[in-house]
Amino acid sequence: MSEKEENIETPETAIEDAESPVMTGQAPPPEPTSDTKVQPKEPEPTPKEEPVIVIRGLCKAFKDHDVLRGVDLHVNRGENVVVLGKSGTGKSVLIKCLVGLEWPDSGTIEIFGQDISKLNYSAMNALRVRTGFLFQNGALYDSMTVRENLAFPLRQHKKKMTAEQKEALIMEMLEDVGLEDSIDQMPSGLSGGQSKRIGLARTLILRPEIMLYDEPTTGLDTGTSHEISELICRTKKKYNISSITITHDMPCAKMTADRIILMKDGIVYAEGSYQDLERSTDEWIRSFFY
Amino acid sequence: MQPALNRFQRTRLRVREKRSQWKESLYKAGDLTAFMLRFFREAVKPPYEWREIFYQCYLVGYRSTFLIGLTAFIMGAVLTIQSRPAMASFGAISLIPGMVSVSVVREIGPVITAIICAGKIGSRMGAELGSMRVTEQIDAMEVSAINPFHYLVVTRTIATTLMIPLLTMISDAVAFVGAYLAMNIHDTMTVQHFFQAAMQHLTFVDIFPAIIKTFFFGYVVGIIGCYKGFRARRGTESVGIAANSAVVASSLAVFIIDMLAAQITDLL
Repeated sequence: MSEKEENIETPETAIEDAESPVMTGQAPPPEPTSDTKVQPKEPEPTPKEEPVIVIRGLCKAFKDHDVLRGVDLHVNRGENVVVLGKSGTGKSVLIKCLVGLEWPDSGTIEIFGQDISKLNYSAMNALRVRTGFLFQNGALYDSMTVRENLAFPLRQHKKKMTAEQKEALIMEMLEDVGLEDSIDQMPSGLSGGQSKRIGLARTLILRPEIMLYDEPTTGLDTGTSHEISELICRTKKKYNISSITITHDMPCAKMTADRIILMKDGIVYAEGSYQDLERSTDEWIRSFFY
Repeated sequence: MQPALNRFQRTRLRVREKRSQWKESLYKAGDLTAFMLRFFREAVKPPYEWREIFYQCYLVGYRSTFLIGLTAFIMGAVLTIQSRPAMASFGAISLIPGMVSVSVVREIGPVITAIICAGKIGSRMGAELGSMRVTEQIDAMEVSAINPFHYLVVTRTIATTLMIPLLTMISDAVAFVGAYLAMNIHDTMTVQHFFQAAMQHLTFVDIFPAIIKTFFFGYVVGIIGCYKGFRARRGTESVGIAANSAVVASSLAVFIIDMLAAQITDLL
């Protein structure tokens, strides 16, 4: 068993021995069956683990539609958790709640031990600087060049840095994502993959300790998806970043995941390593691996 | 299949719909008011985005000068040409410069400038911020701990508040030139005589309130344009809606302020 597999929470045997799939869809989350391990109500990290994100009983509804119905999740330092699930299961809403783009109806989110619902605006912003977010399309500021896009967060948060230091940092980040030649280009002249790389460089320039990737490979060809996945792995290794990746792309999940969370109808349906989930007998889980 | 509703049930349903529409309208009015007040709170807070303010002033002011100037020139000339027959019938052609100057400075200059800015700048701001909302650029600022209201809304609103009065002054001056040239189509009048006649009728009460109200025009054009864009929903359709409603709402606001200003000036 690899080191990665040893860290998983779902016992391999539990998945292998399982016969009946866990069917959920109603809150509260269903009782765990032998097939999948439904997330514990309160994650209890082992002493070795150092959780940087702890989510407990997260609920969020839009009008009458319950999107999240009691999500429990934790992410350890240096760990990449991949969240999989069909469209509309609340994956993006989940990570948007972590940075305050959406506010949960109930439940708690702790990042670096701080309950974000109790933070004021400036404390929340201080936390946001330590948390990077890569949007689906890169979300580059289209009125600015690539250089200006990268310089913008520095101008706001690193006021003591000299212009030379900023320029050097921008070049370093662009070299990291392999796009140093695009420094003076406008975002409209970049491809989808390049936009995502620049978006990643812009996020990493503030040296976040947590990265949240919202469908980083969606809309990209296989080769570019592979490059982005590699970039995620490289970034994690280089900066020891903890991350949550939302994706539908199984090769990306396989490449980047330390642990996979499967979401269904607003709850965590199953979790484990890629290999464990791939061996599951649950039809719904298996449908991701066809 | 649902059973058909009787007249009472249909009426009740309609009343409920109307009530929810009213509730939504009230909610939007409250939200706009809070947004407008937030500007004053955020505007005094550092950091001051001078670079962005100057850039927006350039976009709002310099880039609109030609359009405003051309419109003002035509406005001055048309006003003179149209009023000439009526004034001639009273034998009061020499009063045309005075009439034009008072009309332009008190009313036509500020309102036409503000309406053109509502169309040109308000729609641009609505579409720009709406598009930034749709493409998650505003969210990207938020998650980078950059206050998007401070960076986007405050800078743009300051620019319109400062530039629309300036554009109005330019517009007034150019309208005088248009009026002078139009005067000389049928009559002969020296520049000195024209401007002397024009200025003779202008008093402090004509100029000062007119300039003051343009600051309010600038503020509403900027803040409403930004509000519509900032509150745009997801989807490309909302960008068009934001641009369109920014023009409609800010034009309406300009007329309302103008009416209030006219009432207040009347008391002076």
